[in-house]
Amino acid sequence: MIQKTPNPKAWWLVMPVLLLVAFNAIIPLMTVVNYSVQDTFGNNVFFWAGMSWYEQILNSPRFHAALMRQLLFTGEILLIEIPLGVMVALAMPRKGPWVSVCLVLMALPLLIPWNVVGAMWNIFALPDIGLLGRTINALGIDYNFAQQPTSAWVTVVAMDVWHWTSLVVLLAYAGLRSIPDAFYQAARIDGASNWQVFRYIQLPKMKHVLTIAILLRFMDSFMIYTEPFVLTGGGPGNTTTFLSIDLVKMALGQFDLGPAAAMSLIYFMIVLLISWVFYKLMMQHEGRQ
Amino acid sequence: MKRLKWLIPTIYIVFLLLPIYWLLNMSFKPTNEILLSFSLFPQEFTFANYAKIFTDPTWYWGYINSLIYVLINTVISVSVALPAAYAFSRYTFLGDKHLFFWLLTNRMAPPAVFALPFFQLYSGLGLFDTHIAVAMAHLLFNIPLAVWILEGFMSGVPKELDETAYIDGYSFPRFFTRIFMPSISAGIGVTAFFCFMFSWVELLLAKTLTSVDAKPIAATMTRTASSSGYELGLLAAAGALTIIPGAVVIWFVRNYIAKGFALGRV
Repeated sequence: MIQKTPNPKAWWLVMPVLLLVAFNAIIPLMTVVNYSVQDTFGNNVFFWAGMSWYEQILNSPRFHAALMRQLLFTGEILLIEIPLGVMVALAMPRKGPWVSVCLVLMALPLLIPWNVVGAMWNIFALPDIGLLGRTINALGIDYNFAQQPTSAWVTVVAMDVWHWTSLVVLLAYAGLRSIPDAFYQAARIDGASNWQVFRYIQLPKMKHVLTIAILLRFMDSFMIYTEPFVLTGGGPGNTTTFLSIDLVKMALGQFDLGPAAAMSLIYFMIVLLISWVFYKLMMQHEGRQ
Repeated sequence: MKRLKWLIPTIYIVFLLLPIYWLLNMSFKPTNEILLSFSLFPQEFTFANYAKIFTDPTWYWGYINSLIYVLINTVISVSVALPAAYAFSRYTFLGDKHLFFWLLTNRMAPPAVFALPFFQLYSGLGLFDTHIAVAMAHLLFNIPLAVWILEGFMSGVPKELDETAYIDGYSFPRFFTRIFMPSISAGIGVTAFFCFMFSWVELLLAKTLTSVDAKPIAATMTRTASSSGYELGLLAAAGALTIIPGAVVIWFVRNYIAKGFALGRV
């Protein structure tokens, strides 16, 4: 832990970052706030609307449904990706030529543009010409992600697991690599079982990286847009219409700027609130505040 | 049990590679074969889809456009994040913790929220449909990330290094570029990798801020998919080609990627 010295001039070092991010964050955010409290009949004439858009959004069944779908989706992928990622990281070789091969192959999905991920899964899961869709149908299960809500949901979850589990693997693996061999030798001498090694040596070492993994996966899955949009377009019906898809539909599709702006801010607040709780927990773990 | 351990990563990697294999398979097939038959390997192997991409400017310019704004973004992100991360890792100053958390909140901003205001902002500045607009917009989430990762790496460098250099008469800029930056070169590599990655994969903002001149490859793909019917083979080939830049970058930083986020602390 580095002892930091007080230095007010450090502000100059932070200034470029501050200006660039503030420019990108504050002006657009003010635009959104502006829209969220006004109404318009076109022609650039605006009326004060007060909190009415917020009330409308907070009371709308459409928003509730999208929020519920979003929470369910994020919960599901966290429950699948975190344990799966840890399991793969634990089983990976610790040294040797296979390490690089594993890491490179596993990182591949992370670097594919998100719309390509959607398009790839679309081609992969098509019931007539896709490998996955055809295989599932051949097994006697009726599967068509464009028409059946369950198929669509499962496909979107599977796609996200495919896309992002590797991030958890990489992080967990980095945590595991920081454990000295001596720890394992000591555990073997003490006759510790596999479970005990995991519970008392490996898990504590991975705690920090796993918190980062959960935080990142929470944020990114909560903002998911492109992949399900390309794969299912939010359908069938509204089955896979998550918050971002709903928002873009409202803002750019129907051009309901007021409600869309109010929804944007509520949405952003939810992400911030949950992330802030995570952030506090992480700070406590590391014992610095 | 121990002997079968390698099965888990192997099965996982096979799962990861299956959709990619299917994409490649499709990209070497002519459209008719894709729609009319089902086969695990192309029956009439063709490079026509790739040839089309490499000869049609609207296609290959998509790749060049994407690479241009991704590179601009990476360079700006890393160069402004370096001094800021140094300040966060070495000094305390008024509001430093709040500033750090505020920076991170921008990483949490849903792009869908910012799409329309960004469009208005950059149109107002006359930057709509330029590479600079997309690069600037992506700074919103890449600068906080870069500061976060770099701060972690810098905190791992003992402070004695700085103090010795100052005693030896180094000025701050000279110390920073000659001694400090080489000692965290791995961290800079990892940071550049993550900036490249998140700018390369983002589509919503990139698509909203461009129309013709700076249109990214991803947008070319979605527009082609909707306008010219169902050219799956072409789409598959274009998709397969978008994997290459990422794969090249991974290969260069393979030993460091695992460390990137682990050392970056909040």
